Amino acid sequence: MFGALELGLIYGAMALGVYLTFKVLNFPDLTVDGSFTTGGATAASLIIAGVNPFLATVAAIGAGLIAGYITGLLHTKGGIDGLLAGILTMIGLWSINLRIMGKANLPLLREDTVFTPLRENMLLGTWVSISALLAFTLILKFAIDWFLTTDLGLAIQANGNNRQMIRSLGVNTDNTTMLTLALSNGFVALCGALVAQYQGFSDISMGIGLILVGLASVILGQAVFGSRNIFMASLGALLGSVIYRLIIFLALRAGLDTNDMKLTTALLVVLALLLPRWGFLKRIPSLRSRSNRASSKAPAEPADDPASEAGAQVPAGTVDTPADTPGVPAGTPAKAAGRTAAGTSAASDSKED
Amino acid sequence: MLKIDTISKTFFPGTVNERKALQTVSLELDESDFVTVIGSNGAGKSTLLNTVSGRLPVDSGSITIDGAEVSRMPEYKRAKYLGRVFQDPMAGTAPDLTIEQNLSLALKRGKSRGLGRGTTSARRALFRDELATLELGLENRLKTKVGLLSGGQRQALSLLMAGFTQPRILLLDEHTAALDPQRAALVTNLTQKIVSNDGLTTLMVTHNMEQAIALGNRLIMMHEGEIIYQASAEEKKALTVKTLLGEFSKLKGATLGDRALLN
Ligand SMILES: Nc1ncnc2c1ncn2[C@@H]1O[C@H](COP(=O)(O)OP(=O)(O)O)[C@@H](O)[C@H]1O
Ligand SMILES: [Mg+2]
Repeated sequence: MFGALELGLIYGAMALGVYLTFKVLNFPDLTVDGSFTTGGATAASLIIAGVNPFLATVAAIGAGLIAGYITGLLHTKGGIDGLLAGILTMIGLWSINLRIMGKANLPLLREDTVFTPLRENMLLGTWVSISALLAFTLILKFAIDWFLTTDLGLAIQANGNNRQMIRSLGVNTDNTTMLTLALSNGFVALCGALVAQYQGFSDISMGIGLILVGLASVILGQAVFGSRNIFMASLGALLGSVIYRLIIFLALRAGLDTNDMKLTTALLVVLALLLPRWGFLKRIPSLRSRSNRASSKAPAEPADDPASEAGAQVPAGTVDTPADTPGVPAGTPAKAAGRTAAGTSAASDSKED
Repeated sequence: MLKIDTISKTFFPGTVNERKALQTVSLELDESDFVTVIGSNGAGKSTLLNTVSGRLPVDSGSITIDGAEVSRMPEYKRAKYLGRVFQDPMAGTAPDLTIEQNLSLALKRGKSRGLGRGTTSARRALFRDELATLELGLENRLKTKVGLLSGGQRQALSLLMAGFTQPRILLLDEHTAALDPQRAALVTNLTQKIVSNDGLTTLMVTHNMEQAIALGNRLIMMHEGEIIYQASAEEKKALTVKTLLGEFSKLKGATLGDRALLN
């Protein structure tokens, strides 16, 4: 249980990275599977080479930034579809990660890691380590919150929200896209570096399927915490990661094998995506609507118009209070439905909390 | 000020779908000129504005703003000269961001964006004052997500965002066409107010001939990628819908959109 909480918080760093691409940039970035391992590999090999574990972790972040930047280059300058650009980097990173590590598995058995102080004092798996990890990941969360509300951060948000508009306001959207991807993968690589040090080894396949873990965390978090603002959305991503680990923990307790966890994760994400279609949990972000949104970038979004006109008929003061809460992304067909369901889902939410 | 010199734009050149959207179009705007643009569907009006804004590259010809050649400049760099409002009320604002965040984005048009706070209290005060001029009560809803506003409110906000940083040129592309008549009238009034307050140099496309006559000091009519009629400041004062229809009927096989005839 404590272990699950610790893991959940550590993986929270990755969830925050996935939040940046998937929610803020509106870009499903598959680089994650590769850059996570890159982070672990970089940190592990540097630590074995005698580098201070904190410096090694910083270097891992740098490697992740570069990985994300490359995906961004392929997508913006190369005009390669986002999914494919991520896959290309991810696959390419496999070889690079092997080069970094020199072999498929690097144990960190007798090495000093960032967790050594906790481990030596028998504090791992206690409230002390959990508090320390919570504090650390909250710092990451607040850093993201702050960044996204700066002038540059607002441009980054707008880039994922209405690219044509922000370009017409003078933003080089190629640059903001690459920057977001780089930052996101910096978080992911940081997570990889921490996981390698926490578990005591780096492995070439440690990143496989992680994008789904990230998505599951972001989606679960949004289901519970909503996304009425950045503060709640990033908190949701972070705590969604913890919830995800607890679900996995319970699934293992219930007798499932660790080998079943990938399938469990996939089913979890599928379920989270299908439930809104069947009328449950309307506030869950709609992955399915991604294609709609992408294709409607240039032309008008006629489906959206009546919805917003309807919104106007509500007296001015009340429009932004209850209707503001649900995390239904604007510009999707589900929007109108989501808004009417807002009252009910908000009510059920307070019970959950 | 703005000098469009013999620009041409052809879509899908050399194919069966070839479309000559602009054919050696030239147009010059002086400081504070407000030119309305009318013409049938597919005449090339939007293409004209899109080549000025850099959304579309020209095939040939030159575009200069304040003497600076901009026709090879990427769209995001030209933004420092231009304020724009699009036909689609959804196009000019970011729906998931709040009113004040959208205004902050517009405030930084064409400037470098750093790590300063996006919404400071000083900016909020400015935004409140600016929003109050719209008389829509939006000044009390700074933290409302723009996606919750009506089309008319969003378009009014877009207009404010385009105009309040005093762009060298304001480009309006049928920005009232998607609104119901009442809201369209509101946005038209705001347009007049914003443009005349700051003496903005403006190029406005409209479907509505009366609006085209009522607003601005000059008028041009386009057809099949060419400017086929121009009314100077003097001529425009005496212009009527009837004259415009007369000009139009001189063209062989030309039919105005039904919408224009109804107006
Ligand atoms: N992006 C585009 N791709 C292909 N053809 C286009 C594009 N934009 C406009 N056109 C064509 O160019 C012509 C002029 O279009 P447009 O400038 O939108 O006309 P208007 O705004 O006057 O109605 C039309 O025939 C239109 O089909
Ligand atoms: Mg048009």
